[in-house]
Amino acid sequence: MTARAAQRNPVTAEPRAANGAGRDEELADRSSDWDIARVRRDFPALAQTVHGHPLIYLDSAATAQKPMCVLERIRRSYLEECANIHRGVYQLSERATAAYDQARETVRAFIGAEHTSEIIFVRGTTEAVNLVAQSYGRSHLGAGDEVLITALEHHSNLVPWQMLCQESGATLRVAPIDERGNLIWTEFERQLGPRTKLAAFTWVSNALGTVNPVKAMTEAAHRQGAVVLIDAAQAAPHRLVDVSDLDCDFLAFSGHKLYGPTGIGVLYGKRHLLEEMPPWQGGGDMIAQVSFERTTYAAPPAKFEAGTPDISGAIALGTAITYLESLGLAAVARHEDELLAYALAALESVPGVRIVGQPDHRAAVVSFLLDDIHPHDLGTVLDRYGIAIRAGHHCAQPTMRHFQVSGTARISLALYNQREEIDMLVLRLAEAQKMFKR
Amino acid sequence: MSDLDDLYQEVILDHQRNPRNYARLPNANRQAEGNNPLCGDHVTVYLELDAGVIRNISFQGDGCAIAKASASMMTSTVKGKTVSEAAQIFKSFHQMVTGGADPCFDIESLGKLAAFSGVSAFPVRVKCASLAWHTLNAAIHEQGPAGEGKERPR
Repeated sequence: MTARAAQRNPVTAEPRAANGAGRDEELADRSSDWDIARVRRDFPALAQTVHGHPLIYLDSAATAQKPMCVLERIRRSYLEECANIHRGVYQLSERATAAYDQARETVRAFIGAEHTSEIIFVRGTTEAVNLVAQSYGRSHLGAGDEVLITALEHHSNLVPWQMLCQESGATLRVAPIDERGNLIWTEFERQLGPRTKLAAFTWVSNALGTVNPVKAMTEAAHRQGAVVLIDAAQAAPHRLVDVSDLDCDFLAFSGHKLYGPTGIGVLYGKRHLLEEMPPWQGGGDMIAQVSFERTTYAAPPAKFEAGTPDISGAIALGTAITYLESLGLAAVARHEDELLAYALAALESVPGVRIVGQPDHRAAVVSFLLDDIHPHDLGTVLDRYGIAIRAGHHCAQPTMRHFQVSGTARISLALYNQREEIDMLVLRLAEAQKMFKR
Repeated sequence: MSDLDDLYQEVILDHQRNPRNYARLPNANRQAEGNNPLCGDHVTVYLELDAGVIRNISFQGDGCAIAKASASMMTSTVKGKTVSEAAQIFKSFHQMVTGGADPCFDIESLGKLAAFSGVSAFPVRVKCASLAWHTLNAAIHEQGPAGEGKERPR
């Protein structure tokens, strides 16, 4: 086990130990006392009022607010180094190229990958999954093969596989969850077999907050010879990601949930897989030689980055990661886990609240219903009090169906949330109850 | 919180709790489904259409208070009306909820439907209020027997 991996146990998904070894040690100096006021000052958007009330942002699972350093980095990227990358021989382009390449290195170190060539910049998790389905999937799957997902998937880790199966004749299988929203391990194992060519599963459910035992799942899938993709969109902001320890073949996450900009995300792929995979989009930047008869392709990562990428987005994602690391990943996780426990207890104390999904391990997300108030109506009422929550099916309709609801109200927590916000939420839930009981 | 009170007027909450004409219509000769894919709201409208007159109408579905109350009040309003009368009411209703009504628009002409005037202060809820109406429109213009050519309004 690596020093990074020793900091937490991905199988049981326990919160990380406070004092990790290696890189985090030097970064954890702020972890002993979480200075929430100081952290919140880094996010100017949190200081605004909505409908005359201070904004209470409880929808970071949809997208996180951005720290000032990320916004400044985007601005500087366009102001001082706006040039296309990997082409220009002039200084502006050299600076942009260096910053873009540095961002790739920052991401590599962040997720513990071995090579920068294993880091592909994409638009987001959705595009990363589609890339794997279209490139790896189309060239490796056929009739009789199987793709295994879980009943906890976001549509973005379901629909691309459905499309692939329709096209290739492969079969999509779904590992079920129990009444609490936990993956049923025996079912997952039972559905894995020699036909399973690919297993794709989420680390953290965006709808219920369930943390899947992804390392054990990866091992089980590998035993059957399946290639593994982990959807880390909800996990990356909250848990240490270490692809070397997980040994997954692909891992995807989005920048905007990680305090970075929208429009940028990451696909990690093992080098030998990326090397043999065909490109999925053709264009500039992904070629070695082009003639009208024949084109040879560049090596990864360029092979999968046709066209001008989101340069400033990638650079600012690097800044977001550096920011997160400066706070200390262990400290972030501890703050969020404490707040999550507080929020769960607070919600459970409200008469009429029904929490949807009671997984054994949960990260930063709570789905709930209040009396028979429709989640949209609740969302509208809370918004009038400045509280932003998500209402609906959370792009996980099969998960909602499992609980026989069409949707839920969902709060999701981030490093800048605080107890006072949960208290205010509870207060406003009572107002909503009063309003609908007239 | 006056705009919330405007939105969730008592008549709306009443129709949400006790929706009128909430059933399948056995003699329906038209039906259409409407979905609001972003919210997951869905409604099915059943019609008994005879010589351009809505003889009977009902609905089923699931949605927020606004969507459900709107469907309920719509069925009560258009029952017995001609297709062109219903279209005129929808036009006025739509103008009211989008806040696009001209200054001489007479809100009283909408009768009970005026309860939805508060929706205009909540732009994201306009879809909820108009879902049933769009679905009615789809059912009216559906060709052939019920169950075929279902249209899904945007």
